[in-house]
Amino acid sequence: MRNKWISGPYLVWMALFIIIPLFLTGYYAFTDTDGAFTMAGFSRAFEPMYLSVLLNSIRIAAISTAICLLLGYPVAYILSRPEFAGKSTLFFLFAVPMWMNYLLRTYSWMSILETNGILNSLLAFLRLPKIDILYTDSAVILGMVYNFLPFMILPIHTALAKIDYSLVESAQDLGANPVTVFKRVVLPLSVPGVVSGITMVFMPAVTTFIIPSLLGGGQYMLIGNLIENQFLTAYDWNFGAALSLILMAVIILSMMIVLRVDKDNEGGTLI
Amino acid sequence: MKVLKRAYLAVILIFLYAPIVVLIVFSFNEAKSRGVWGGFSLKWYGELFKDRQIIQALYNTLLIAAISAVTATAIGTAAALGINAMRRTPRKVILNLSNIPVMNPDIVTGVSLMLLFLFIVGLIGKGNLGFGTLLMSHITFNIPYVTLSVLPKVRQLDPAIYEAAQDLGAKPFTSFWRVVFPQLLPGIVTGMIFAFTLSLDDFVISFFTTGPGVSNLSIIIYSSAAKRGINPEINALSTFMFVVVLLLLFLINRRDARELKKNKKKEIRT
Repeated sequence: MRNKWISGPYLVWMALFIIIPLFLTGYYAFTDTDGAFTMAGFSRAFEPMYLSVLLNSIRIAAISTAICLLLGYPVAYILSRPEFAGKSTLFFLFAVPMWMNYLLRTYSWMSILETNGILNSLLAFLRLPKIDILYTDSAVILGMVYNFLPFMILPIHTALAKIDYSLVESAQDLGANPVTVFKRVVLPLSVPGVVSGITMVFMPAVTTFIIPSLLGGGQYMLIGNLIENQFLTAYDWNFGAALSLILMAVIILSMMIVLRVDKDNEGGTLI
Repeated sequence: MKVLKRAYLAVILIFLYAPIVVLIVFSFNEAKSRGVWGGFSLKWYGELFKDRQIIQALYNTLLIAAISAVTATAIGTAAALGINAMRRTPRKVILNLSNIPVMNPDIVTGVSLMLLFLFIVGLIGKGNLGFGTLLMSHITFNIPYVTLSVLPKVRQLDPAIYEAAQDLGAKPFTSFWRVVFPQLLPGIVTGMIFAFTLSLDDFVISFFTTGPGVSNLSIIIYSSAAKRGINPEINALSTFMFVVVLLLLFLINRRDARELKKNKKKEIRT
């Protein structure tokens, strides 16, 4: 029963398919096509052209995360109120779309946003001006908000649902108005949920290459598209590997910042 | 205020469901155009099940999901048992290592696995990326999720029960199979379902680790969407997949509800 060797197959598998591939990526990142050591990939990544792609990815992901927070917090808040009826059904309704293949959902936005698509037919019917946002920043941000909004709602809801409601009631009894109760009691207690929501939205938003490539158009470049391009179109594995390591560093760095914030608030666990 | 709250939730739900409804409605559209309604028709479903490429991809997707879920469950469950038997430090190190594929961006996992497979192909001088490499990649990203869902159940085990079974004359294997395993089963099943759905849904890692001629559904959907052409078969396919997913969700929920009931009964009895 207490036999640690039965995890042997697991350790072998993880070494072969997790550790060695990461070392290989590191090897390619620090060498050139002849296998000689170089940092060229990294210095190239910080040339203005590529640096702007990286910064733009972070910018777009940050905007999407902020919109998700603004839209998602009220949803989580309303669903967590004890007086709110029918919330388990509603909660289920919010979770179901996540279970549908996200490529399909993103693909569907293409037909909604097209110039002669469903949205514009609807607007024309209502005699409103056309909106032409497919293949722009706005469409990419919309796609990210759409795909990742549930990742924001769920952890915030978990944090809010855990709040002892008698705390809210005692604040009310002591004369706090609803705004003060929210600002001084509910909001501070929900910070751990907000923090894990931010990470769960920001990380996939920074790394995705499907949403920009479908909703941003063929020329649209975020860091994910750039990496994909290096491996599958330009065949520059060394540069692609260097970019992958940079992306990992961005993720680890943002995780560390978030964990620091979380700790300062004595928050719960991440995710 | 209450009306306002309900209205807000309704708006967000419409936002979340609009694309899904669009896909489903247009899967029954006679016309090929995405913007024009040409009358009700089931013809795209007919086309879908005649499309060799899509059927082959569906077959690959299901086969890979099934094999990778079962394999990952076996390896991951054994790992959870072994990890629990370890001392503190190695246990911590290994748990952190298991988190790498969970935390790492999919694209980095995909790219690094592709480099490994191409390296091995170059080393032995034959073979190519394809079904086998796809399967190995799926097993790899599934294992940690199984381990993470079985581990809490392993921690809850009371070692005295296992010892009692042996005192009563059961051989080690029998006492594991008849006494320990049933207690782990809920965690194992959860892990396996989780692994199965993750495998069904994966695109990024599959995209990098497959080879010429081998596709799963996600890859077909992506290549058809990236061409920006109109393919109503994809709408029919989405509707079909959505119904399957809803069915799976329903089954899982019913299982959870039953378990909850059983636990409650136990609480009442004790």
